[in-house]
Amino acid sequence: MSAEPIIQAEAVSKWYGAFQALKDINLTIHKGERIVICGPSGSGKSTLIRCFNRLEAHQAGEIRVNGVQLHAKMRNVAAVRSDVGMVFQHFNLFPHMTVLMNCMAGPMWVKGVPADKARQTATKFLERVRIPEQANKFPVQLSGGQQQRVAIARSLCMEPSVMLFDEPTSALDPEMVSEVLDTMTELARDGMTMVCVTHEMGFARAVADRVIFMDYGQIVEEGQPESFFTNPQHDRTKLFLSQILKH
Amino acid sequence: MLYADTVEANVLVHKPWFVAAMFAAVFAIFFAINLPETAFGELMRPVIGEPAESGVYGRFASALVIAIILTLNIVMIGFVPIHVQIGVVWIELLVLFLAFFYTFQLDFPFILQKLPFMITQGVLTTLYVSAVSIVIASVLAILGAIAKLSSNGFAYAIASFYTSFFRGLPLLMQVYLIYLGLPQLGFVVGAVPAGVLALSLCYGAYMTEIFRAGIQSIDRGQWEASRSIGFSFSLTMRKIILPQALPVIIPPTGNQFIAMLKDSSLVSVIGVWELMFLARTLGQKTFQHMEMLISAAMIYWILSICLELIQSRIERHYGRSKVR
Repeated sequence: MSAEPIIQAEAVSKWYGAFQALKDINLTIHKGERIVICGPSGSGKSTLIRCFNRLEAHQAGEIRVNGVQLHAKMRNVAAVRSDVGMVFQHFNLFPHMTVLMNCMAGPMWVKGVPADKARQTATKFLERVRIPEQANKFPVQLSGGQQQRVAIARSLCMEPSVMLFDEPTSALDPEMVSEVLDTMTELARDGMTMVCVTHEMGFARAVADRVIFMDYGQIVEEGQPESFFTNPQHDRTKLFLSQILKH
Repeated sequence: MLYADTVEANVLVHKPWFVAAMFAAVFAIFFAINLPETAFGELMRPVIGEPAESGVYGRFASALVIAIILTLNIVMIGFVPIHVQIGVVWIELLVLFLAFFYTFQLDFPFILQKLPFMITQGVLTTLYVSAVSIVIASVLAILGAIAKLSSNGFAYAIASFYTSFFRGLPLLMQVYLIYLGLPQLGFVVGAVPAGVLALSLCYGAYMTEIFRAGIQSIDRGQWEASRSIGFSFSLTMRKIILPQALPVIIPPTGNQFIAMLKDSSLVSVIGVWELMFLARTLGQKTFQHMEMLISAAMIYWILSICLELIQSRIERHYGRSKVR
């Protein structure tokens, strides 16, 4: 991969008390790459991507985002975060603001973009996730799938250089999963750098450049989707895939 | 409404056993009280003759009349829609209270003569003292709540000491301590500033806990979403957390405001000419205490009702984003 690296993790470890959540993680994500991270519950995959915008602190190793090292005494964490979009399992839209305002708030309050310009940007991205007609509603008036698409638009409005997805479809009703995955697939096609924690193996197969399997806080296996799914190397990967693909 | 059942049970006040039991209970209670000796005996004079000489018959007849009126009243109210029920019961209770005050044989011209001064001096001072104290208390409460939630040991220690101390002392004592204690340090404070200071500090301590609970009630995800966009701590607090905490904070805070309005009467002990002070002093010269106390009571009540109305309007305003 010749493109410039956006996220570099070197020997990253993290502990919750005595429990080690991340063990010596080494991972480099390049510009334009689409990464899918999967693994059993509690394997540290969410923790890992939450370290990438320092919602969580790592205790050992180094994480660099666009060359900026993340550590406890950094002064410009807000600048890094505004350049790293994040989509959460439970959407976390701001319930007291309209959909439009949810999307305008970031550019206006962090980057100081004038309201007109922010509204244009917000409308553009709401059209891109195909819900411009919901702009003046409040989040509770929307379905789960619509809310998650608003959350994606909200992150896109900051025009980030990388998007992190933390199980974006796990809290959705089955019939709404595909509308969110479609949005993410389009985003991938447009060249967005993406790191997705997800169990949607169909999405991984279709979109990912690299699939990473984590267990017990370690990266067990990584590879191109084709070889990862058809010819997994490790027993734990095989077991996981057999369980998740059984149905 | 707690939980409106989809199946309508029989109305309790129309069940024969309930009506009978209520009738019996009311009759028994009023038979035990010697009604003919009260003002009600005078009303019954056409039926029982001279109240003082009516004996058991007088008591029986009076209790019977009251029991019949009350039972009929409650059974009838059971037939009308809920809004009418609420209205009728309010009016009835109000009439009973007015009748109670009427028995004092108040000197209304005296009240009318003193009322303008009670309002221009007393009500204005009460409102002014409470309003200023409420604003200062709210500011203290926000600062206190953030300090109590912060990871800074210094801020936490100050905030927890403050809430512990000012919640632990009687407000009346704080008023005295500030008014009489500060001059010991060389600061001579007027009665009004001392009163405002005491009320602000005390209510700020209570409201600190309300604000802290309100802020803590907001889901962690809101913090994470806000911080992940790049909002600073203070921006997150002002734009994301506090606006969502307000609907949680407002009902108990409204409660505090109403309590504050009435607790401002405590500053009358240091000679602030607010409503309570005037109520105690205006009638003193002519021994017309009841007139002034009842007028002041009514004014306090009306002011509280105004605050209740404002509170419910604000609650409705913040309910918007919850409407489906």
